[in-house]
Amino acid sequence: MVEVASFDVLVIGAGPAGLAAACVAAEGGQRVGVVDDNFSPGGQIWRGQAVGKSKTAWLDRMIGKTGIQPNRDALASYWLARTSKSDISWFPSARIVTAPKPGHLLAENADGAVSFQYQKLILATGARELFLPFPGWTLPNVMGAGGLQAMAKGGLPIDGKRIVVAGTGPLLLVVAAYLRKHGAIVPVVAEQASAWSLTQFGAGLSREPGKLAQAFALRSQLRGVPFLTYTWPTMVATDGGSLRVTLSQRGEPRDVTCDYLACGFGLVPNLELPRLLGCGVIEDAVLVDDWQETTVTSVYCVGEPTGVGGVDKAVLEGQVAGYAATGQRDRAETLFGKRDAAQRFVGHLNRAFALQPELRQIVTPDTILCRCEDVTYGRLQGYSSWRAAKLHTRCGMGPCQGRICGAALHALFGWDDDSARPPVFPSTLETLAGDVATERI
Amino acid sequence: MADVLTLSIDGRSVRVPIDTTVAAAVIIAGQFAFRQSVSGQSRGPLCGMGICFECRVTIDGQEHQRSCQIRCREGMEVRTDG
Repeated sequence: MVEVASFDVLVIGAGPAGLAAACVAAEGGQRVGVVDDNFSPGGQIWRGQAVGKSKTAWLDRMIGKTGIQPNRDALASYWLARTSKSDISWFPSARIVTAPKPGHLLAENADGAVSFQYQKLILATGARELFLPFPGWTLPNVMGAGGLQAMAKGGLPIDGKRIVVAGTGPLLLVVAAYLRKHGAIVPVVAEQASAWSLTQFGAGLSREPGKLAQAFALRSQLRGVPFLTYTWPTMVATDGGSLRVTLSQRGEPRDVTCDYLACGFGLVPNLELPRLLGCGVIEDAVLVDDWQETTVTSVYCVGEPTGVGGVDKAVLEGQVAGYAATGQRDRAETLFGKRDAAQRFVGHLNRAFALQPELRQIVTPDTILCRCEDVTYGRLQGYSSWRAAKLHTRCGMGPCQGRICGAALHALFGWDDDSARPPVFPSTLETLAGDVATERI
Repeated sequence: MADVLTLSIDGRSVRVPIDTTVAAAVIIAGQFAFRQSVSGQSRGPLCGMGICFECRVTIDGQEHQRSCQIRCREGMEVRTDG
């Protein structure tokens, strides 16, 4: 059974960028559909945020007049409330699997297949965490930093649990503060960047009052939690019912026991769908013009896939694309200044949290790189490309289709996989056959 | 209580708050290993956002469901392979 849905503007992804795009497009009177893999809107960063009701009117005025968002949560409730008031068709728990021809996308949800038709497409596919393999990273209770937070928002009990937070980036502090607020004990936050590059980053924040305020708020929420720089996990092992994490703290080993290790080395954009559609990509970022339009006409891209830069950039790019895709270029243009400023933050982030070269050495020959097919680092030696390694080892050919090991292979070997073949997500034969059937009607 | 529901995880009855994901419920049930990898290692959730496929379980007879992306329903039967 194939459901057919047709829209003026179809948005893929219901995170900050996608919601902002969908809102302004729908408010312009266009028929707008939003497709998302999750069961509720908000993407990863606004996952589990309640829709604010009473606050909306004054927030609306404040954000409208000053352009200042009081804080992260207020921004989330503002956009979620604005979305709920807009006339948007919402397709949750649905994954895009193929793009059979221009203007068409095929998705799958629990009820079967949905065939989408669109005039304009806005890709807001977000980002995932970068995982660097080290001995023990495949053990249960070792999760991503954002991954563990997402699990906690989904009901994982963390009250009283000891959780080591490690990796890199501003997300570590956000996650640690969240965990602590919900009763977890965070014995240490291990950041791989050096104190020097963080100082430089902090100095840069002084030009961004909103971000500086957030940084201070996080710091006060994390009072008493040791924040170690130039520190990363080199091994994790089970120790009775707990985990024993070995950290390299400025070169010195140090063991910490915990219930969970929450570890992520920054974010990498989800580029499978832009690549499948033929959008130009350079250095892990989708190429877009001033209107957020990609190299493929009528296909726009917003948020992390155009350069990982966080929520402010995402919301601004989303609005620009939403206006531009609905013939409101004058309104899009009013946001260029703020958007361009938010985009400059991407460079600051990349420089401050660039991965230390030593992180390429925490992997050992026995460490599994491809978790789907259990391919070790040792088995990948001697291949010249990911393609060659795939053919001989099946590395990256399991259900996740290289979404987890791909970024690690890039970091460790410099390998890239610039191809994307349909289906871009594991899919049933019924869905794919249904697509053929609708073609015939 | 309407804000709690009951489901079965590996034959054990578990009560969880509504809006709990199946992945969280599996851990609440005391099961940290969700599946066996191709070489027989125990695995549990990694990404929490439906990308890594490590949290997959069988739900009401349907195999390979990503438990972090699915909310618990009353009477749901979940089987892990860990």
